[in-house]
Amino acid sequence: MNTLVQIENICKVYNPGENEVRALDHVSLQIDKGEFVAIIGQSGSGKSTLMNMLGCLDVPSSGSYLLNGEDVSFLTDDELSDIRNKEIGFIFQGFNLIANLTAFENVELPLIYRGVGKRERKELALESLDMVGLSNRIGHKPSQMSGGQQQRVAIARAIAAKPPVILADQPTGNLDSGSSKEIIKILKRLHKTGRSVILITHDNEIAAQAKRVIRIVDGKIIEDYINDKFMEE
Amino acid sequence: MRISTLLYTLKQGLKNVIRNKVFSLASMATIAACIFLFGLFYCVVANFRYMVKEAEAGVSVTVFFDEGISDEQIEEIGNLIKKRVEVDKVNYISADEAWNEFKEEYLGEYADGFENDNPLKDSASYEIYLKDVSMQSALVTYLESVDGIRQVNKSEFTADALSSLNSLVGYISGGVILILLAVALFLISNTVALGISVRKEEIGIMKLIGATDFIVRSPFIIEGMVIGLIGSAIPLLGIYLGYDKLINYIVEKFNILSTILKFLSVDIVFETLLPVGLIMGIGIGFVGSFWTVRRHLKV
Repeated sequence: MNTLVQIENICKVYNPGENEVRALDHVSLQIDKGEFVAIIGQSGSGKSTLMNMLGCLDVPSSGSYLLNGEDVSFLTDDELSDIRNKEIGFIFQGFNLIANLTAFENVELPLIYRGVGKRERKELALESLDMVGLSNRIGHKPSQMSGGQQQRVAIARAIAAKPPVILADQPTGNLDSGSSKEIIKILKRLHKTGRSVILITHDNEIAAQAKRVIRIVDGKIIEDYINDKFMEE
Repeated sequence: MRISTLLYTLKQGLKNVIRNKVFSLASMATIAACIFLFGLFYCVVANFRYMVKEAEAGVSVTVFFDEGISDEQIEEIGNLIKKRVEVDKVNYISADEAWNEFKEEYLGEYADGFENDNPLKDSASYEIYLKDVSMQSALVTYLESVDGIRQVNKSEFTADALSSLNSLVGYISGGVILILLAVALFLISNTVALGISVRKEEIGIMKLIGATDFIVRSPFIIEGMVIGLIGSAIPLLGIYLGYDKLINYIVEKFNILSTILKFLSVDIVFETLLPVGLIMGIGIGFVGSFWTVRRHLKV
């Protein structure tokens, strides 16, 4: 079986009743393993809500979501944490690094939560920092690094536990164009090594870097196409 | 739960204490003050109870028998008394022993005139020592109903006074300790709540990258317990080191009361105080942080 994400008829409704907000409206979506998908939409389009569903940060009001064949629609908080830890590597717009930890310690964190032993943890963390070109910055704290470097640490953290999915929420949103290109390059490289990459963005140029583009407007998917101009890294 | 995860949470708990230095120290100081007062109170109460117990040991009930009662009947009465739950020890004092004691105490050299005469020939008695002076009235009521007993002598005032003093000290100490516990719980709860609010962002990140509730919450609870442990160990050590000096000072200063002032040794006091003090400290830390984490940390 090659399906990674299988979403059927998902709805997410906030404040049910008179003032209800339908952030996702009967969304169905399938993403296969190894795909590089960009989900694009303007602010308020529902792309962040969709990302929260895909990343098991929230559960749908209705519909079903199968991640790697497992139904994650109605799991408990701890079960969702476990899925996030094992199946998904997150990259956020604001980097979300822990300020008082070094780059190495930040990358090590999801491995600790997973119960990986110290020696293996060290190997995996160093390997991922090397992959993003930060072997020489392992002892630096986030405040001692540039935005681009911080985002690369976040990517190293996302890939350290070798999750099957990389979920990047506007990863270039806080970066200059040079750093943005660097980050996209790394994501493409990860895709090339067989990882599935889901990129959330509002930027058409960034979305154009992905192999498949899904456009979302008012909580509905209005466009889903293969990008012919996609170029492998 | 893997050992590496447990070690991680333990390490994080210790780190929290250091990261949050000022508030951790404030909480430790509060717990230390509470446990110190508790320790002092305990020493006072334990020693007071010891003195009361010693005084109680001297409180007895004496029974005298009907005139012309046989030795067998006296022995039978003795057996009945010994079976009572209130009774700790029974001494039989024969009429001769009573007379000899009286002569020795009051007559001295003038006793020669009495020769073989014993004016106390009907004064054989049982001297009954109680397990607890508060049981005296129950025993006296029983003794007064026993056939063959003429008179029951008791020290009502001493027994009642000791018994109520003992209860009063118990109630006061219980009340003070409860107040101190409440203050300590409040302060440790504040320290942990502050730690949670300072680390709100960090907690959010931890959850995003897959930390379970246990991993997020347990370092705060460990932090509370470590604060409690250190906060209780310091005053206990202080009391341990200062106890003998204080006792020696009191004995020297109040030499005149040396027959009443009898103190427990530091080792006997600490047989109870050490485990209770440590458990209290760690317990305050655990309860305070656990309650705060449940209240303030919605993960």
